[in-house]
Amino acid sequence: MMRGLVVVGVLLVVGTLKLPVERNLALLHRQEHFSGVEFNLDLREKIGQLGFIAALSGFRAIVADALFIQAYSAWENTEWGRMLLLFRQVTTLQPRVLLFWDTAAWHMAWNASVAAMNDKTQPRLALRVKAQREYFALGKDFLERGIKNNPDRPELYEALARLYTEKYNDHERASEYYAKAADLPGAAPFDRRFSAYELSYCEGREREAYQRLRSLYDEGEKERLPNLIKRLKFLEDKLGIPQEQRIPEKTKPVR
Amino acid sequence: MTDAEHASTLQPFPGRRRLGEGGNASTPAKPYRPFSFSRIYAITTNTITELTRLKVFYVLLVFALLLIGSSIFMAQFSFQQEFQILKDVSLGAISIFTSLLAIVATARLLPQDAEDRTVYTILAKPVPRLEYVLGKILGVLLLLAISTLVMAAAFVLVLYMREQAVLNAIARQMSGAPPDQISDALRVVRSSAFNFNILPGIIIIYLKACLLAALTLFVSTFATSNIFTIVVMAFIYFIGHLEATAREYWLQAHGSGLLARVFLAVVALLFPDLQAFNLVDDIVAGTAISLALFTKTALLGIFYTVIYTLLAAFVFYGKEL
Repeated sequence: MMRGLVVVGVLLVVGTLKLPVERNLALLHRQEHFSGVEFNLDLREKIGQLGFIAALSGFRAIVADALFIQAYSAWENTEWGRMLLLFRQVTTLQPRVLLFWDTAAWHMAWNASVAAMNDKTQPRLALRVKAQREYFALGKDFLERGIKNNPDRPELYEALARLYTEKYNDHERASEYYAKAADLPGAAPFDRRFSAYELSYCEGREREAYQRLRSLYDEGEKERLPNLIKRLKFLEDKLGIPQEQRIPEKTKPVR
Repeated sequence: MTDAEHASTLQPFPGRRRLGEGGNASTPAKPYRPFSFSRIYAITTNTITELTRLKVFYVLLVFALLLIGSSIFMAQFSFQQEFQILKDVSLGAISIFTSLLAIVATARLLPQDAEDRTVYTILAKPVPRLEYVLGKILGVLLLLAISTLVMAAAFVLVLYMREQAVLNAIARQMSGAPPDQISDALRVVRSSAFNFNILPGIIIIYLKACLLAALTLFVSTFATSNIFTIVVMAFIYFIGHLEATAREYWLQAHGSGLLARVFLAVVALLFPDLQAFNLVDDIVAGTAISLALFTKTALLGIFYTVIYTLLAAFVFYGKEL
């Protein structure tokens, strides 16, 4: 009996001592973007009872993968609604995996939207277009939430920029997101270039686009790619840049 | 049989000999030491031998290796998706099986020794109970280390094979492309496959299993059967993963009743925070683990393992055998 009380006493003392240590560790986790998943009722509703228990046991990565594989099957069977639900669960469980956000957005904005537009069961074009736009918005929503969870990584900014260009034809926003990606560590070298390209399509911002493209051109041979030269020449004409300030007519582009 | 001859038959553990007893009279026998690493070593090797004879060990290991190996058949996905799933499944399998092995292997140690009467033979000799408990737990920890190493090696091998297959396929497909484009593509593949951040993650998985083994040993010192120990450990496992949530609710003084607050306090104080050891999920997602975070988590794991082992020894001292 006495021994049992001593054990409980030791456990309570150790428990009191460990509390600040564990709290500090949890804080450090959060600071380093670990443990982005809060285990609450909202998550329970999203992932179901079994998934919630599995996630509680420390196996959320495996649960997320299983759901991702199910989402893949749903895509093969063109079950868009089910796929959306599954991808929401996957991204809730693993908010730090960029691949899940990117794939979810791609399925919504590219695959589901095209399927909605080609939906033969819906004769009215207006409703097909409406459905298509809803899928664009869903794709955008995935990427925006992905960026919110991973503000320090450039890949999702690039994906959102692509979506703005290809689905919304919004070059200004695309340029903005490429520029944000370019500012982050580990950004692809093309981000700065793409941001300038996109800006060159924006009415009223040609001067700024020209300056950015020109400064890239002046960085040397490596940046003198065919598209950059083409856009630069287009802007030189449009802005009426004096002949002596223009890039040489026969600039040899780098492959 | 003389007294000296009789004594010489009772010396399975080094340090047992006294001056003038048995052996060559010209070689002075070592005096008895109250704490002996060689006695602990003898118990540890004996525990390892016992555990490796268990079928459950091989079933778990083979099942884990199969799970890791099965990840190779994911060719329908893109290489990023394939590597992501391979890493998640493999590290998850390592985590599940080391935890299971820690609980199942440790839960039967003391009850089995009592049932086989081995514990009486050992403790009838001048072996302190602390040494007996230490020898037992070290045997389990060594077994866990071997299992973790085997599973980690299988995982790295599968990942390497898939990476090479993808690299070769890409190099073939892009054979006509400029060299910088090819090297860019290969770099993307390599960055999606193995990275060294996974290794600290595996060490933390091992330390979590050590903690669970020590806790299981502690529970088994007062448990009545190994089934009871396993069931209790299953509950502790789930509660341990909820401890962080309970702790935050308790410390932030949410408007809950007295009973709820007492319950939360008990959970927060008595259970280890197992969620703190789940770093691999985020490591696989591409987040680098800092040295500070790794060191603090590892020290916490070692601290828990030591505390639970000492508590197990303390309870075992008072146990009537």
